[in-house]
Amino acid sequence: MLYFSVPLGKLVRRVSRLRGGGSAFPGLVVEKIDPEFMQRTLSTLPLGVAVVSGTNGKTTTTKMVVELLESQGLKVFTNRTGSNFTRGVAAALLGDVDWRGRLDADIAVLELDEAHAVHFVNRVPPRYSLLLNVLRDQLDRFGEIDKTAQLLQHIASKTTGTVVLNREDPRVARIADTLDGPQVRYFGLDDSLLSTFPNDDDLRSGPGSPVPALPEKPHADVVLRRVGTADADFEYDGATVTTGMKLRGVYNIFNAAAALVLARSIAGNGTTPTDHDGLLKALSEVAPAFGRGESLVVDGLPLDLVLVKNPSGFRLGLKSFSAGGYATMVAINDNYADGRDMSWLWDVEFDSLREGGVDQLTGSRAYDMALRLQYDGVAIGAVDPDITPALAAFIQGAKDKPKRVFCTYTAMLAIRRELSKITTVEVVS
Amino acid sequence: MTPVSQDGESAAGGPETVSPDTASKGTIRVLQLYPRDMNIYGDWGNALVLQQRLRWHGYTPELLEYNVGDAFPADVDLIVGGGGQDSGQLVIQDDLLSRESTLKELAEDGTPMLLICGMYQLFGRFFKTRTGSVIPGIGVLDVETHGTDERLIGNVTVSSTEFGDVLGYENHSGQTTLGPGVKPLGTTPKGTGNNSSDGKEGARYRNIVASYLHGSLLPKNPAIADFLIRTAVERKYGSFSPGAPDDRYSVLAREHAARRPR
Repeated sequence: MLYFSVPLGKLVRRVSRLRGGGSAFPGLVVEKIDPEFMQRTLSTLPLGVAVVSGTNGKTTTTKMVVELLESQGLKVFTNRTGSNFTRGVAAALLGDVDWRGRLDADIAVLELDEAHAVHFVNRVPPRYSLLLNVLRDQLDRFGEIDKTAQLLQHIASKTTGTVVLNREDPRVARIADTLDGPQVRYFGLDDSLLSTFPNDDDLRSGPGSPVPALPEKPHADVVLRRVGTADADFEYDGATVTTGMKLRGVYNIFNAAAALVLARSIAGNGTTPTDHDGLLKALSEVAPAFGRGESLVVDGLPLDLVLVKNPSGFRLGLKSFSAGGYATMVAINDNYADGRDMSWLWDVEFDSLREGGVDQLTGSRAYDMALRLQYDGVAIGAVDPDITPALAAFIQGAKDKPKRVFCTYTAMLAIRRELSKITTVEVVS
Repeated sequence: MTPVSQDGESAAGGPETVSPDTASKGTIRVLQLYPRDMNIYGDWGNALVLQQRLRWHGYTPELLEYNVGDAFPADVDLIVGGGGQDSGQLVIQDDLLSRESTLKELAEDGTPMLLICGMYQLFGRFFKTRTGSVIPGIGVLDVETHGTDERLIGNVTVSSTEFGDVLGYENHSGQTTLGPGVKPLGTTPKGTGNNSSDGKEGARYRNIVASYLHGSLLPKNPAIADFLIRTAVERKYGSFSPGAPDDRYSVLAREHAARRPR
């Protein structure tokens, strides 16, 4: 069985890619005929497996960790396609192993959806885990956020080496109290930046009220001290360093602090010392993952895609990217991957769009979005649930302005597909 | 694009329904019950819709909050309560029981109330968990709820003789059965509703509308919002003279939502 499962899986992968099929299907095939394939392959890695999970920022953070580790000369395997569940990992492995099933890498850095991560760590205990945040997200899929926090706790408890936790998210920071095996390290935020990260518990409290901090903040390995327009200050090892940043949005840069802690934990465990200049250089060059604050060019002006999939993500998106001078489109779909329940739109305040209004609404729930904006007193240009004509009208109507599109996951895929016909869009395979 | 006033006092995206100069027809005090702990599925949307529609009908809304340990405000005209996580329900449980007589009095007196999901359950007689422990409710509604392993999730259409089609989204594992003291909000041609057996959704008692539906409920169901508002105004001022809110987005959102899969 073992001898032909890998060639067969790779063959299925080739055929299914030729047919333009789903990226996880070959993973399903190899899992069926050789259930030990994933564990066996990953267990050969000298530095083991690192898992990245949490509600928001998994994809960009994983990308950062990979690029940081590569700057240290490590060979990294990752699940780049965003198929962030076990079958997707198996499929990605099939792409990278040779025909005899050998993986040429030092470490695997895997982005895993909270629910799937639990199944994964039961089969493959990771050496490292990085837990970003627990926020209200698609409650129809994940249930209550307290349950999501329990899923992350389970990931941490299965980790054999180092667990990296968000010091500023009480639900994540508290996980440390439940652990006795792994070492715990934190990433943190300067107090002056805390108010830019509303958590769900403050949803309904007054504007500007502070986030309740832990009674006593533990020491953080890396602290984000300041965010500028194109740079940021990080504090570690007792000093503050300034570095240029290509990433946009405070939340992305906070996740850069998370990636730094994980990369330092991994690189610091090797035989060669950590190359800090290399880490910073790599960090300054990380570009956002597709759709996560990605900037494309249309008619010579930027068109930014901001993925929004839950209230906190939408609020952070609105807060991080000022609406001034931009034409705005919002695309809300309600396919399974987006979440079918529209309640989350009512947990986001849209006051910041009031001044300029929203030029175009689209997606299967465009009218739910219109209704939401009406109740926040935001003017609406046009509404068309069909994404193709809506996007064309939006671009046509705002030729002289930079553009910003807030979109749910499947709406983003559709919009990128449309945009690839008129501009350069990075191909993600 | 239509210019919009900056103070949020008026509706955008449509014709002005209330000119800021028009004198208010009166003030309605809307109380949110436990918004800090019970707000899991966009429950703010219901409070926001009541606030804005009161304005659009020419009244002045006064939005109040009641959280655990607060003094209970006097002269409340309308009450809205939402769903919570298990932890949220535990936090408010004792406080809610301590307010039993106040809330019963208001309910019996005819105060309009909207109770969603968790608050619907806790206004009932009891919630019996899967493990058999019984969480007492305040017994305003003659309903009981039993925890199950089955989660009822998805889009719902409720057929109501009073409000027409009610559209929303359900997500609950507690199953509720109605006693003879209450009527259902309606039947469910699409979705499940109170429980997986009798095809009924929600509960009606005096001026209380209780439901499992969020989405949020009121934005896409202005008939229910206006029933609550009209009742509150009539109780306070004797008669209600409605404005003309612009509901075209609501009509279209309902049409599109009704076509979405379960």
